[in-house]
Amino acid sequence: MAEGMLKQFIERRNFLNWFLGTTAGAFVFSVLYPLSRYLTPPPVAESTARSVTLSLKPKEVKPNSGQIFRFGSQPGILVKTQAGELKAFSAACTHLACIVQYRSDISHIWCACHNGHFDLNGKNIEGPPPKALEEYAVNVRADQIVVSKKS
Amino acid sequence: MDMENRSPEHGKLWHWLDERIGLKDFEKLARKKEVPVHQHTIWYYFGGMTLFLFMIQVLSGILLLLYYRPSATEAYESIQFLMTEVQFGWLVRSVHAWSANLMILAMFVHMFSALMLRSYRRPREVTWLSGGGLLGLALAFGFTGYLLPWNELAFFATRVGTEIPGVLPIIGSFLRRFLRGGEDVTGATLTRFYGIHVAVLPAIVTVILGLHLFMVQKHGMSVPPDVERRGWSRRVMPFLPNFLLRDLVGWLCALGVLAALAAYYPAELGKKADPFQPAPIGIKPEWYFMAMFQTLKLLPAHILGIEGELLGVLGFGAIGAVLILMPFVDRRAAVGQPSRFPAAFGIALILYTILLTYLGYTMSPTK
Repeated sequence: MAEGMLKQFIERRNFLNWFLGTTAGAFVFSVLYPLSRYLTPPPVAESTARSVTLSLKPKEVKPNSGQIFRFGSQPGILVKTQAGELKAFSAACTHLACIVQYRSDISHIWCACHNGHFDLNGKNIEGPPPKALEEYAVNVRADQIVVSKKS
Repeated sequence: MDMENRSPEHGKLWHWLDERIGLKDFEKLARKKEVPVHQHTIWYYFGGMTLFLFMIQVLSGILLLLYYRPSATEAYESIQFLMTEVQFGWLVRSVHAWSANLMILAMFVHMFSALMLRSYRRPREVTWLSGGGLLGLALAFGFTGYLLPWNELAFFATRVGTEIPGVLPIIGSFLRRFLRGGEDVTGATLTRFYGIHVAVLPAIVTVILGLHLFMVQKHGMSVPPDVERRGWSRRVMPFLPNFLLRDLVGWLCALGVLAALAAYYPAELGKKADPFQPAPIGIKPEWYFMAMFQTLKLLPAHILGIEGELLGVLGFGAIGAVLILMPFVDRRAAVGQPSRFPAAFGIALILYTILLTYLGYTMSPTK
């Protein structure tokens, strides 16, 4: 008889412990879930523009020079080669995302942060960058430079 | 309170307080605390030194809060105002910046001395682990605080620093977004880092520092096994007042160095951050991140088909893990046997850090 009562007691205790545990778990979850969602930044609508018209005139760009332009929220780099050809790439280095610049002394696109070099096709040729810079298409229409994403 | 128990050395106020908050227990605790005296006693001072510099950080940080405005449009201007218009604003900011550097330095000395003297061995594993946590928090303080002036250097340091966890597989892109408060380093990153720097990290530090100091109090100072093996005389000095007075001398010296550095080399502000300007030539991080920075610079693009930076980041993680898990890696010191690995590991790490830091400051930035 006593044994039966003890068994019943233990079962009841187990049940109550389980009940308490799941309640506590649900409570913790109901706090942590909104908290983790709060801490995750909401997605901001990316500019979907596939092309941008620069405020520069083609004549203003000197050969063997480069400059940064805005492509939506991202930086791009416009380069005029010594031969006078206009080229544009994403300006975020493929290594650790510093913004690259044009080095007229060696005709490379260069990242000052970790000494990464790219050639004028955007290809990574020296230093730590693992990939080439994304290349954009450059079109000169009348007196305007239009840069657009390829494909 | 019965009169016989009243010690004549204390006044009425002391007894009034003792009856209410139990000063006698604190007194007993303070009297009991002793510091072992042997050839390595000097290393015991660096923990207190770190604590002193941390107190300066808290005080100068609170003062900076009174003028700082955490937004991308105002942060730089508010510090410009602080540096040029506010009386002694330059001093408060320079003290904060220099004291941060000295604190990290004192912390590294403290950690490496604890490593070399095997202070982490049983029963002080938790002291070591909490100390490791505090070092991580100090680096996080340095990293988040660096962005707050919103200048060019800060902007690129943060862009690179938040890109580093981004190279990790699977969780990388989430971590990067989480740290930046969006896809890029923007004003959202600034407010996030500000909140972390002035509220989140201080709260966590309070808890872990409390634990660390409690463990030190509970176990007392560790006597190096090497000293014990050679037959230590068991000489000790009382913490109060002997050790504390020596501590104070050290703190006074540190304050002197700090004042001189802040006065002769005030913190610079540089140019305001512009997300559409190339990274400036010769850009570099704070000295304590220099060795890691230089490693990332020298690693080739691919090593055995893996991207160099990923391998570098995993390498830093592995070194950190071995360091923090040293009480469990070094099984020999735990049972009182001589162990060579921790010293070899520590010396190798120090030499590597010095070499790479030297290269970081001397190699031409454009070649």
